[in-house]
Amino acid sequence: MIHQYQNNGYNIVLDVNSGAVHVVDQEAYDVIRVLNELNSGHTKETLEDPRTALYLKERLGDLYAEEDLMDILGAVRELTEQGRLFTRDIYEDYIGEVKKRKTVVKALCLHIAHDCNLACRYCFAEEGEYHGRRALMPYEVGRKALDFLIANSGNRRNLEVDFFGGEPLMNWQVVKDLVAYGREQEKLHDKRFRFTITTNGVLLNDEVQEFVNREMDNVVLSLDGRKEVNDRMRPFRNGRGSYDLIVPKFQKLAQSRGQQKYYIRGTFTRENLDFSEDVLHFAELGFRQISIEPVVGDDTDPYAIRMEDLPQIFDEYDRLAKIMVEREKSGRGFNFFHFMIDLEGGPCVSKRLSGCGSGTEYLAVTPWGDLYPCHQFVGQEEFLMGNVDEGIKRPEIAEEFRGCSVYSKESCRECFARFYCSGGCMANSYKFHHTIHDTYEVSCEMERKRVECAIMIKAALADE
Amino acid sequence: MKHIKTLNTQTLNHTVKKGGCGECQTSCQSACKTSCTVGNQTCEQKK
Repeated sequence: MIHQYQNNGYNIVLDVNSGAVHVVDQEAYDVIRVLNELNSGHTKETLEDPRTALYLKERLGDLYAEEDLMDILGAVRELTEQGRLFTRDIYEDYIGEVKKRKTVVKALCLHIAHDCNLACRYCFAEEGEYHGRRALMPYEVGRKALDFLIANSGNRRNLEVDFFGGEPLMNWQVVKDLVAYGREQEKLHDKRFRFTITTNGVLLNDEVQEFVNREMDNVVLSLDGRKEVNDRMRPFRNGRGSYDLIVPKFQKLAQSRGQQKYYIRGTFTRENLDFSEDVLHFAELGFRQISIEPVVGDDTDPYAIRMEDLPQIFDEYDRLAKIMVEREKSGRGFNFFHFMIDLEGGPCVSKRLSGCGSGTEYLAVTPWGDLYPCHQFVGQEEFLMGNVDEGIKRPEIAEEFRGCSVYSKESCRECFARFYCSGGCMANSYKFHHTIHDTYEVSCEMERKRVECAIMIKAALADE
Repeated sequence: MKHIKTLNTQTLNHTVKKGGCGECQTSCQSACKTSCTVGNQTCEQKK
């Protein structure tokens, strides 16, 4: 399967099944398009067939010299032979084997506080309460969660624990105590905990900063961008904006971490479709690790992204990608989470087929110790899997999540981006289609655009 | 003039046999929390 597109003056050919990326001139772009129209399953033999050369001459002979066409056909044949063009999808047969493998739990999202000191309008956690009551996780529950993780992690050494909420700093002492417990246990069990925390920054102070810098592998700092954008969506409960209080604290924290191992992370909505301005605003504030992503809302929410918004969103991604190339070349670059792509050392096929791991490798724990497939399913009783005292009580839920892959979703079969998003978010699929084996089309459209931009950036930076 | 420039040397099919150690990061933990982004992650074995 081949996907080809033009972006920012670059002609890009992605061989989907091998992941090979080719930057080509206009002639080669046209030759590959025509060959693909003739037969999307070309092999070395079909490309050597004299009828293929003839067809090419018929289709493009008026535009290009025969010598050039034959040169390009030769190069295409060579790449096909090397498994870098017209590669077949050999992974569907392999998926059964991957899915049969025994999985271990390797990551927990600890809902350390189902309470929040902000009242963000789009919060999927309903201002921290997750369709339930306000609650703080007692130390004892957190300790059992870490024990559960260690006991269910098999030989896996690196274990991830995210302190999430609501707002985790509202239960700060328990966070610190659990980190101390984890550090003690990792020595006993030959494990390594990678702690992370997601915070809105309201309660961030020097003491928190010092601890976070010492103990946390990553920190996610929630802020939406420009002051007016942030304050409209992220007010305090009394309606006052949060930007002025939070920005200086986040700047200080990011600086104190050497501008690494953190993300300033925002959400864009229908009310700020010009979100590239918010990304650039973060860059102007001095942040170097930036993530801004689309809100997921109900169709009835006025701020939810709609299909009709996509053209503007695509233009924003294109604009942002171009600016990032210019900035990178002039030494003022920054990292944008959704344009990160690792063409050389990216994840293996097994990872790309298996998806995010929710429900099997990754679980969320509520303040009272219930287990759910991920933080987005918390509070939906049909997904309650068990608890930290008794472990997994409903293995059939894990089985259903385990069975989810790019091959269980019809719409992924023809999608060029399937090995980059891994089939998309199961919680989004459930939210819109009441099954985890589907996709959320608005999100897919944006993902495809982001993959295209990310590859273009690589092409532009390789073009010195 | 070279018509085709290939950006990467590694291909996905090479990772079929030796992949799957499971030591890599869980995708949702890192930054997003509301979408699934796998292609941007780094293989733990190649670090």
